[in-house]
Amino acid sequence: MSVPAHPPAAGYDSAGFPLPSAPVPESEAVRLEMLKAYPPKTRKKREKQLLANDPATPPEIGANTRTIPGIITQRGCTYAGCRGVVIGPIHDILHITHGPVGCSYYSWLTRRNLARPKPGQPVNYLQYCMTTDMMEEEVIFGGEKKLAAAIREAHAIFKPKAIAVYSTCPVGLIGDDIHSVCRKAKEELGINVFGFSCEGYKGVSQSAGHHIANNGVFKHMVGLLDEPDPQPFRINVLGEYNIGGDAWEIDALLQKCGIHVTATLSGDISYEQICKCHTADLNVVMCHRSINYMAEMMETKFGVPWIKVNFIGAEQTAKSLRKIGQFFGDQRLTDRIEEVIAQEMAALRPVQADVRSRLQGKTAAMFVGGSRAHHYQHLFKDVGMLTVAAGYEFAHRDDYEGRAVLPKIKVDADSRNIEELDVEADPQRYNPRKTPEQIAALQAGGFNFKDYDGMMAEMKKSSLVIDDISHHEMEKLIELYKPDIIGSGIKDKFVIEKFGVPCKQLHSYDQGGPYAAFTGAANFYREIDRMINSKVWQLVTPSWKKPADPALALGRGIDSPANQAVRAVVSGLAKAWKPRQAAAAAPES
Amino acid sequence: MSDAAPASIRTPVAPGADSDEFPGPTTNACKLCTPLGACLAYKGIAGTVPFLHGSQGCATYIRRYLISHFREPLDIAASNFAEHAAVFGGREVLHTGLANVTRQYRPELIGIATTCLSETIGENLPQLLREYREQAPAATDAPALVHVSTPSYRGTHVDGFHATVRALVETLAPAQIAAPKDQNPGPVALFPGFVSAADLRHLRELVAAFGLTATLVPDYSETMDGASWCTYEPIPAGGTPVAALRALGAARAAIECGRILAGEARTAGTHLAQLGVPLHRLGLPIGLRETDRFCYALELAAGLERPASLALARGRLLDAMVDGHKYVFNQRALVFGDEDFVIGLTSFLCEIGMRPVLCASGGRSRRFGAVLRAAVPELPADTIIREGADYADIEAAAMGLQPDLLLGPSKGYALARRLGVPLVRCGFPVHDRLGGHRLLHVGYAGALQLYDTLVNALLERKQASSPVGYSYL
Repeated sequence: MSVPAHPPAAGYDSAGFPLPSAPVPESEAVRLEMLKAYPPKTRKKREKQLLANDPATPPEIGANTRTIPGIITQRGCTYAGCRGVVIGPIHDILHITHGPVGCSYYSWLTRRNLARPKPGQPVNYLQYCMTTDMMEEEVIFGGEKKLAAAIREAHAIFKPKAIAVYSTCPVGLIGDDIHSVCRKAKEELGINVFGFSCEGYKGVSQSAGHHIANNGVFKHMVGLLDEPDPQPFRINVLGEYNIGGDAWEIDALLQKCGIHVTATLSGDISYEQICKCHTADLNVVMCHRSINYMAEMMETKFGVPWIKVNFIGAEQTAKSLRKIGQFFGDQRLTDRIEEVIAQEMAALRPVQADVRSRLQGKTAAMFVGGSRAHHYQHLFKDVGMLTVAAGYEFAHRDDYEGRAVLPKIKVDADSRNIEELDVEADPQRYNPRKTPEQIAALQAGGFNFKDYDGMMAEMKKSSLVIDDISHHEMEKLIELYKPDIIGSGIKDKFVIEKFGVPCKQLHSYDQGGPYAAFTGAANFYREIDRMINSKVWQLVTPSWKKPADPALALGRGIDSPANQAVRAVVSGLAKAWKPRQAAAAAPES
Repeated sequence: MSDAAPASIRTPVAPGADSDEFPGPTTNACKLCTPLGACLAYKGIAGTVPFLHGSQGCATYIRRYLISHFREPLDIAASNFAEHAAVFGGREVLHTGLANVTRQYRPELIGIATTCLSETIGENLPQLLREYREQAPAATDAPALVHVSTPSYRGTHVDGFHATVRALVETLAPAQIAAPKDQNPGPVALFPGFVSAADLRHLRELVAAFGLTATLVPDYSETMDGASWCTYEPIPAGGTPVAALRALGAARAAIECGRILAGEARTAGTHLAQLGVPLHRLGLPIGLRETDRFCYALELAAGLERPASLALARGRLLDAMVDGHKYVFNQRALVFGDEDFVIGLTSFLCEIGMRPVLCASGGRSRRFGAVLRAAVPELPADTIIREGADYADIEAAAMGLQPDLLLGPSKGYALARRLGVPLVRCGFPVHDRLGGHRLLHVGYAGALQLYDTLVNALLERKQASSPVGYSYL
């Protein structure tokens, strides 16, 4: 964690964290309260996934372990991680889901990964959702023939450059060999056709699907086109999926600085861009969880180095730009980057200050993704809000504790299921972008490659870290912390809002976005201001029935069993809301 | 976003061809998976937690999809199959899951549905549940367990919904019982089909207007459309009580909505009929005539004429139809969605003088065309009827039809945008507008609301495309 050289700004502590305006409960006590309800076996597992943070020496977290059956989880499946997240956004290849109808339907445009094909490339297949729609007879007699027919039909209609095929649960169980069907189709049709064995029961969560997707993209696409873009300072942005247009903001910012994006994996990306992405000079990684495999494999095979960046949050965006500038070591580029940061910050600061005047000291909690629960803490920090609790849905230990723990992570049966590609340096094309001397010089200047320190190192001491949060824990969290906002996904959004706490969807952004880079940050500040200060929360309690608890007066939080007085008020309210009584009792306020 | 279709997706079908042969693969499906229907049906029973026997992804996907329509909390548990369970069987994960759900939620009922995974490996649910019951500590508050077989490779979300309603009734109301004294005469058993939360509320009001009580199976009007909470509700309030389901053998009559459903040999309704309950198998009460039939069945059950309030509602609908007929007459409509829904909507469109030019559904009952024509005898002979259709088929067929209006779920938006005509959203799923679950389709009130909406959609289009911009229409 970096310690600011200058004295803390008003409203922030010496470590740079916003000071909360109300006392925050002691996290160890909250933790024990949450664990109390579990039977011994469940408790034993959950206590490893529920920790009080120590940024200096992050405690070991039991991440990436199976969810216990019957405990409601927000996690998805391997198919969702593969087809839905990593490869789904490629807009000019056809995606065919091999299986019964549901899996394809649920991954049909639901992630808001936007695409806006370039001029002259008028193809956008994202609005098509293709499936073999397996029927009982195919489950009994095999579905390979139907898959082959589906590929042929798709080719005949669309003439795409490539077709990707995804397996669902029954396909793996009946033993359809999708890879051999794809190989034959590739020969027959003369286009690239490849399959992903991403059956839903593999792995612990969607994370397994990310890995399978990385392997497939690397094997079947990366390196097919040896045509570097002519521009200098070429980078790939990995792990950026253009939800709500984030990738477009990042692209525009980088372009302004004079940095060229060869490919964004995989937000609004074309097949060709992926095929030539190995020609870039540098990989910058946004979502470490979903795409670190790709970064590693590209470095091993082609010599493209990678660094971790974060374009979420103003300070973080500036830091990431400077880091890229430092890598290239070109004075004109460095000057231009400083110029752009100064311009963008000048435009952003008034918005930030205005919003901060209403949000300073408020608190947030976040339970989302493999990186977002970390990245978005910076946006909240920008407007004076402290993240009191956070956790990932499907991340691994390294995303929490930093990559230093990688050698210590135990490989369990679930991880062993997922293939690790055996990658070697390409005899012709391996080309390290920096000499050992240059690397040493960069490192001496404080520059680190492959440097992800994880979420915990950047979270305040004693904040609460919860992996794969359960409903019960969410309920306790709201009751005890009464956070002003929670960032989460659509599956728990409405539970949280029933409690009177606004919930920002950080998987798909509700209808909103972009939130990346400086312009996106302004959108996010305004959105959070709007949500927290919405008048609706004050209308929850009728004006003539104001309870004593100020949190409840704001409509926030729930009835705490520990607080009998509040309970009485709340149950009185429930009665008042019976229509007839409400009509009779409602005086002018 | 490029809106141009890259190529004609499917060869257009000649008008009048009632074909039920379609290419195997599906592009932009007009149906969802069977366990989704099962989960929604279980949500309509009080104190119930839906439970999927399969991988956690199914529960997650179905939750996120139903939630994007209803915008309400929705818990679906799962046995979270791993590769080990997929190979050696899911006995252990099922038992652990059921025990955990019981402990956390204290449910009255756990509604179990299978998935493609557990069906493909041939899980024997009755056997596994028997073992669970024998093992589990005998507790007086142990939840009832109902299970239904819902592989997605057999049928659609609607089939899963009806199969679950049947499983609930067959399991919980196995025999005829005498009506309890305090409930004399017994309630009307009402099987409403896959309709909106507002529809369920209105159906209950219609029954109440005849002085009767209804046991709706299912009734998710409150569980999936509730108020904000004062206390945490692990299982949201509302739903048909399990006790009411157990008492269905004493129902005074049963009404089962859905003309396609009426062609099934074994349903919740036929089960009650076997127990001696008079069964009315009707269409979904969408539009004037289908609502008339519904009300007539209630007259028979109640033994009295329809109340004045309903006569007024019917008259009001007719009055509106007179006011607006000039705007809708002979306007060409595409209708798509669930089979029984499309039949109801088509009947209504013909009543008001519109011309349905294409009626399509992703369902595959093999009798959609025949049932639709029987229900709507005045349907023009050249109206294209497609079952087992996807949106690629619908688009291919629509291109030459020059429709003025589309009627169906949100998934029709891409086509509406390409054609430049309004989409009047109805049915399921509606995830690009607020309040999809509050759309009222049934009864005279539903028909009236639908009528106003589609007349106004046509007027808006006319106004927007007018070179002079009339504000007085």
